[in-house]
This record gives sequence, C-alpha cells and structure tokens, in this order.
Amino acid sequence: MMREDSYSEQLLEPEVISGVLEVALKTGGEFAEIFVEDRRSMSALFDDGRVEELIGGRSLGAGIRVVRGDTSGFAHTADLSSSGLNLAAESASAVVRDGAGGNRAVDLDRRQFVRPGAVSVLPSDIPKSTKVALLEEADQVARTEHRAIHQVTARYADSRRRIQVANSDGLLTGDDQIRTLFMVSCVAEGDSGMQTGRESIGHTVGFELFDGVEVGDLARRAARRAVAKLDAVPAPSGEMPVVVGPGGGGVLFHEACGHGLEADLVAKSASRFAGRQGEVVAAPIVTLIDDGTMAGEWGFYAVDDEGHPGSRNVLIEDGVLTDYMWDRLRAKKEGRESSGNGRRQSYQHLPMVRMTNTYLEGREADPDEIIADTAHGVYVAQLGGGQVNTATGDFVFGMTEAYLIENGRVTVPIREGNLIGNGPQALLDIDVIASDFMMGSPGTCGKDGQGVPVGDGTPTLRVKSLTIGGTAT
Amino acid sequence: MPELLDIADRVLSWGEDGEEVEVVIAYERETEVRAYAGELEALTVAESQGIGIRVVRDFRQGFAHAGSLDEPVLFETLREARDNVAFATPDEWCFLADPDGVEPARLELCSENLISYPTKSKVSAALELERLASTADSRIVGVESAEYVDSLAETAVVTSTGIRSSTRQSNCYLAAHVLAGAGEETQTGFGYSVARSPDGLDVDRAATDAAERATRLLGAVKPGSSRLTVVLDPWVSAQFLGIVGSTLNGESVLKGRSLFADRVGEIVGTPCLTIMDDPTNPAAFTATTSDGEGLATRQNILLEEGRLLGFLHNSYTGRRSGQSSTGSAVRGYMSTPGVGAQALSFLPGLRSQAELIAEIDDGVLIQGVSGLHSGVNPVSGDFSTGAEGIRIRKGSLAEPVREFTIASTIQKMLFDLLEVGNDLEWLPMNASGLSLVVGDVTISGA
Repeated sequence: MMREDSYSEQLLEPEVISGVLEVALKTGGEFAEIFVEDRRSMSALFDDGRVEELIGGRSLGAGIRVVRGDTSGFAHTADLSSSGLNLAAESASAVVRDGAGGNRAVDLDRRQFVRPGAVSVLPSDIPKSTKVALLEEADQVARTEHRAIHQVTARYADSRRRIQVANSDGLLTGDDQIRTLFMVSCVAEGDSGMQTGRESIGHTVGFELFDGVEVGDLARRAARRAVAKLDAVPAPSGEMPVVVGPGGGGVLFHEACGHGLEADLVAKSASRFAGRQGEVVAAPIVTLIDDGTMAGEWGFYAVDDEGHPGSRNVLIEDGVLTDYMWDRLRAKKEGRESSGNGRRQSYQHLPMVRMTNTYLEGREADPDEIIADTAHGVYVAQLGGGQVNTATGDFVFGMTEAYLIENGRVTVPIREGNLIGNGPQALLDIDVIASDFMMGSPGTCGKDGQGVPVGDGTPTLRVKSLTIGGTAT
Repeated sequence: MPELLDIADRVLSWGEDGEEVEVVIAYERETEVRAYAGELEALTVAESQGIGIRVVRDFRQGFAHAGSLDEPVLFETLREARDNVAFATPDEWCFLADPDGVEPARLELCSENLISYPTKSKVSAALELERLASTADSRIVGVESAEYVDSLAETAVVTSTGIRSSTRQSNCYLAAHVLAGAGEETQTGFGYSVARSPDGLDVDRAATDAAERATRLLGAVKPGSSRLTVVLDPWVSAQFLGIVGSTLNGESVLKGRSLFADRVGEIVGTPCLTIMDDPTNPAAFTATTSDGEGLATRQNILLEEGRLLGFLHNSYTGRRSGQSSTGSAVRGYMSTPGVGAQALSFLPGLRSQAELIAEIDDGVLIQGVSGLHSGVNPVSGDFSTGAEGIRIRKGSLAEPVREFTIASTIQKMLFDLLEVGNDLEWLPMNASGLSLVVGDVTISGA
C-alpha cells in the first residue's frame, strides 16, 4: 500500500546529485555529501477544554558538507534547483580551499536500498476529525478520573521525514521515517497547592499506534499521577539507595554513560570513559546497548543521517566497555566503520554522534523482591529528563513520580526534584537488575543545540547510592 | 534579503471574506565557526527563511508553516491553515490582534559592521579564542569547543486587521568550553562574550573566564547535606529569573497553571525583589521592537519591592483577562503566538559579589546548575537542580564543591531572597543575570 520501494521516490535525481557533489569537490575537498530532507508534520493541541489549534508544517531543503582533513565546510538551502544547490556547494567548499583544487567526477555506484520501518496506516490518510476525537476523549477521561483535576492538555502529533543521502564515495540511499505521538498532561489542585502528571506514547509507526493503545488509559495514568502528588511529602535530601522502575528509567543510562560513550566527546577527552575500552566500567550484571534497529521504537531508523544503516551496538557487556558510538567523521579518524549513529536535527544541521534507543538488558531478579530487600530509599516510578557533564561524569535526572521506600515497602509519594550521581560510580553501584524489561516514553535528546528523537528502556533495578535533591532535612 | 513585507502583503491579498489572516515571515543569515586544536573544525554559512500563516474565522483558528517563500508553497500553506480552522473549538476570545496605538521604540539593533564583516575575520576570531583559552592557565588540558557565531535576523508580521511591522537584529558571540585537569580529575568551565557587532567582542574575557571557571573547581569534593545560604552567580540567577518569569505568564494564569494566579497586589517576595521585562532596552541580547503579533514591545514591571504588579499578556490572554496585551507575544514562524518574557532583569542592588560573599558565614557560591528542565516544576513550584560551586566560610571563598543539588520551592525562594548584587550582566538569553543571595536552601550531598 505504501512505500514498498521508497528508493524509487527520489527527492533529487542522481544526475543532479552527482553534479552538485562535483561542484563541491572543485576546491580540493576529500569528501562531499548532500543530505536532502522533506519533512511534513501535523499536530493538534487540546487545552483548557477546547481544541485550541491544528498546525500543519512543511520543510524541504538540502545540507551540503565538504571535508578536508579535520575541517568541514557546511551550507544549506531550501532552493533545490541546480543553481540553488550549486550555490550551497560553493559556499560549503569555500573553506576547504586547497591550492591544487581540481575536477573529480562523482559516480553514484553504491546505491543502497534499505527497507524503511514498516507502517500500515499513513497518518496523512486519517481524517483530521479522527485525530481531534482522540484529544477530546483524553480530556474527558482525565477530567472525570478525579475531581481534583482542574486542567488537562492533550497533544497529538505525526510527522513524515523522507531523506536522501549521497556522497562522493558513491553512496546513494534514503529513508522514510514516520512518527506518531500522543501526550496527556494534567494539573491537579489540592490543599498543598498544584501538582502535575503526564503520560505519553510515541513510536516510529503510523496511525496503527492507536490499535494497541487506548488514549483513555494514558489520560487516566496522567491524572492519577497528578492527584497522587497532592499528598506528596518533601523529598529526602542526601545519599541513599534508589530503585528505578521499568521503562523510562533508561534516562538514567542515557545520562550516566550514554553521552559519555559518544566518540566525539571521547575524542576530545571530554568523557570519563575515554581510553577505557576493554576495562570494567560497570557492575558485572550491566549490559548496555544502543540499538537503532529496534523496529517501531522512537529512536529507530533504517539509515542514519549520513546514510549508514542503523545498527545494534553493544556498548557495555557484562560490565566491560566494549565500544563507543561513532559517526563517519570520528570512525574515519580511528580507521574503522561508522556504527550508524550519525544524526542531525534537520537538513540545516551538521551531523554528529547521537544515541538511538539506549537500554539496559534485563536480568533475573524479581522487581517486588528488589523493593522488599531495600530497607530504606526512594522508588522512582517515572523519570523526567536529565543532563550530564561528560567530562566530570556528574549527571542528574528528574523524578516525576517517586515514593519513599521504608522497611522494604513503597510508602508515601514525594515531591519532584532531581537526583544526582556520578556516571562511572553509579554504573558500578548497580547491585541488582530485574527481569521486567520495558521501553519507556518517547524522548528528545538535546546536544549542541540539536534535538533528535530517542528511545530508552530498562527493567527495574537498584543503585546502591544516589543523591536525592529534596528539601526534607 | 527578500522583501518580507511585500511577500506578506501578497499572501494577505489571497484572503477571503469572513476570515482574518496573520502572516509572520522570518529570515535569518547565520555564520558558525568552530575551532579545535589550533585549526578550523567547521564553518557553516547559511540563510534560512520560513512563513507561518494563521487564519481566523468564526472564532476558530487554524495554522500552518513552511520553510520556503516560493509562491506555490505560500499558497499551499495558506490553504492548509484555512483547512485547519474547521477543527478548532469556537472560542469567543479568539481573534487576531488589532493595532493598539503603542508606538514601537526607536532602536538600532542591527550592525552594519556585522553585515560587512568578512568570514576570514570570523574564522580568525574563533582560532584566537581557542588559542587564548588553551594557554590561559597551565592547568588547562583541552578546549572542548571554541566558537564564533553570528546571526542577522529579520521578521515581519502583517495582518488583515491592520498590523504591519518588521524588525531586524544582529548578534554575535564568542563561546569557549575548556577542560582543566589535575591528575585523574577533570573540571569544565565556559566563558563567552556577546555583542551586536564583532568589534564589541572581548576574546580575552571569554578565554580567561572559561579558564577561571574550570580551574577554580579543581579539587572539588562532594559537600555534606545541609541548609545554607547560596549566592547564585549571574548565569545561574538568569536561569532562575527565566523560571520566575514563566510563572508570570498570562496564559499560565488563565489556564490555572500559575503559582501566582489571583495574587496581583500581594506581597510574594522580599523588598529587594523588583523584576521587569523590557525588550526595549538595547543592551539586552534579545531586545526587539515588536512582539510576535507585531505589537510594540514595552517595559513591563512585574514585581516591585516584593509586590506582584501584574502578568505578561499577548492580545488573546490580555483580552480574555479583561486587560490588554503587554506586547509579550512570543513565537517562531512555526507556531501561533504564545506569551513569554523577552528581556528580563532584576533591579540591581548596591554591592558587588565579593561584598555579598563577605557577609556570609556559611554558604555556597553556585557557579553552575544542571537539570532545570527535569527538576524544576513551575506549576507546583518545586525547584531542585544539580549544582557545582565554591563553599563560602566566614566571608571567604573556600573549597570547591560538586555532585550536589540545591533545592527549595520557587515561592519560598522569593521570600528567602536576601540581597541582589550590583553586577548586572547581559547574557545571550532572554534574561540578564547578577549575583543573588538566597537563604535557607537545601544542599543535598553526602
């Protein structure tokens, strides 16, 4: 029904592409690349009891990169005519001027067809009224879930990103990435003030997302989260054991070591994991994977934004650091192949090493027993985002639903805040991992001003010690 | 540069009876230079443009945007926006802004100097920054990034209700992130310099600030948990100010998401708390003469000596609250107008950071915070961030500290605001910073 062969739906003709790449190489560059992107998106926002707005977006353009040694020139344009592209190629190549210059022919003889992710219902085939109806249902369910709920926001969004990548090595490839997302957020009001609760779901699939998901369930969970926090006590302050629930707990790894395992940060000695390949960096029960091939997950793609197929990369195996994540530039410097982690926010950006779907493999423990075995600490059921300083290893992540653990039992909810730890130490302090693996909610990872969609996942696990940033002293 | 007002007029001419149309067109020319290890690492020179079209009919709005100003795309975008109208719920307050008779400030925010500054000189600036940063101190082991970035931006907002505005700004900055090392330990620091034109940039300052911030954290230990007085460094207080600004957003108030709803006229903080949002101040990095709906920006005093005076509004939230727009509509071309602060500042106090520190017996100078988006909730007021800084003991800076958090609530922090410093600094964000002393903050460490 659709996209059987997206390869044949070229954004630009190969002859045009090779011509532009040849212009880009005229000043003596060693490598030239063109990244073409056609992005269409639609979102609908429900807030304050009404459908507030529907938004449709379109963006089409190309980014041209020219590399010589360690220097890259880059330019982008929304003008995909030959003259527009050649202008961008000239601009990108201006910085890599080498006396000799020259005329190098580019033959796109490495045409690579990689099947895009499977989609059975194109969001663009679904009437807008159907999408809006989902929002109305979510609002209705959330408001009737509890009388303390006084505000509900719901958002539906879908996007289709068709890309085409070609370079002077002769590569020509492309991908067709569809993402669908639904989010509900509630505000509850009580004697202690206001609290918020949120739930979201998103996959690299089409509208069939809603075949297996009831937006009412999402709404209910968001509402309950907000209401539960009305009784929240101030979070504790200081070091203690932390049990992280399954799913979104993957944010912990994204921050604790994910960024630190990106080859560009490693190369600049801005990572605590630099120079540690083959060494023990985590507890022996820890196996951490970054996997761009997980069909349907938020960080999935068939090819990365440099044209390399998405890959499953084992980063830490049984506690030992096995590999970093690589893009073309960093891999080439080390004389190896990219690991398929070269991503960019849009055609207006240079690619760099980014994560895809980062997750901790499950083990054998029983999640309930982990809690029962924890005399006192904190149980984090839902994580917010986080941040890390990869050079020092200090990382934080937020707790948007958390409870005290007292005498082996989950007791009272605690207010929101950040937890802080140090990556290398935290990985060594993981002392038990359960069997209940789950992927978490869709996330956006920010690095150097560029946001890309990422997934993360984890089973229930315990970290012997992290610092809780609460106010209870 | 394309004539944005003409293009907007053209789109308006396709409007139909019974509908109002708002067109926002943005154009930007940007140069980004990154230096690394004594060489040019990357150079990007590019132009981009985009259009956002809002159609309002029968109290409903629809919106669409596109990244091109080609005529067929403009037509398609208008058609999509029009199509989206039917699905919105009618809202008696939903219509476009009308001209409100407020004259925009006369500001020159665009530097001819920047426009004609050769790319070669920009590359030299980044390389010079990298060189100075790497040699600023013997303990600097690397420069993670050294950048020169500039942007020339033009925005036009034109509506069928008679608004017709265009603004132009130029900005440039230098930023360095450095690594300081001692044995196995690494610490980081950043330095920057911002100006409207390249001759205003101070490369020495950017380099030495970065080196100083990084080296003074060497030997940092994890502090014990306690409750202390903190001094927020200008960068940190600017971020805090941005969060406070977001609670004074008229849209949050209307939708029951603001801590300060129904509290206009009340005391919500100490007497040293005076906050204003003033995009007409040309010293502000984000100064602008028109807001996202094309209305004139203006000075809005939000808090005065601890008393809440009012909120920020766009034309919708103003009208619905029984007030009027404060010229605070914010948006890019990809969205409908929201409400937001554009150039926040605290009224400065009388004393320097050193003088503030000299008064503190037991505290921490907070040099950097992390996780603001994950540990701060402006609806509940919870405030908890990762932090790094320097311990203050008996009025002097003592040992550096790291891997700890600071926590309180926004409401409480405003009442614990002990003093505001005189070291006002205009930063490359929508808030200025200065040193801020806040008492009774929970430090979570060992």
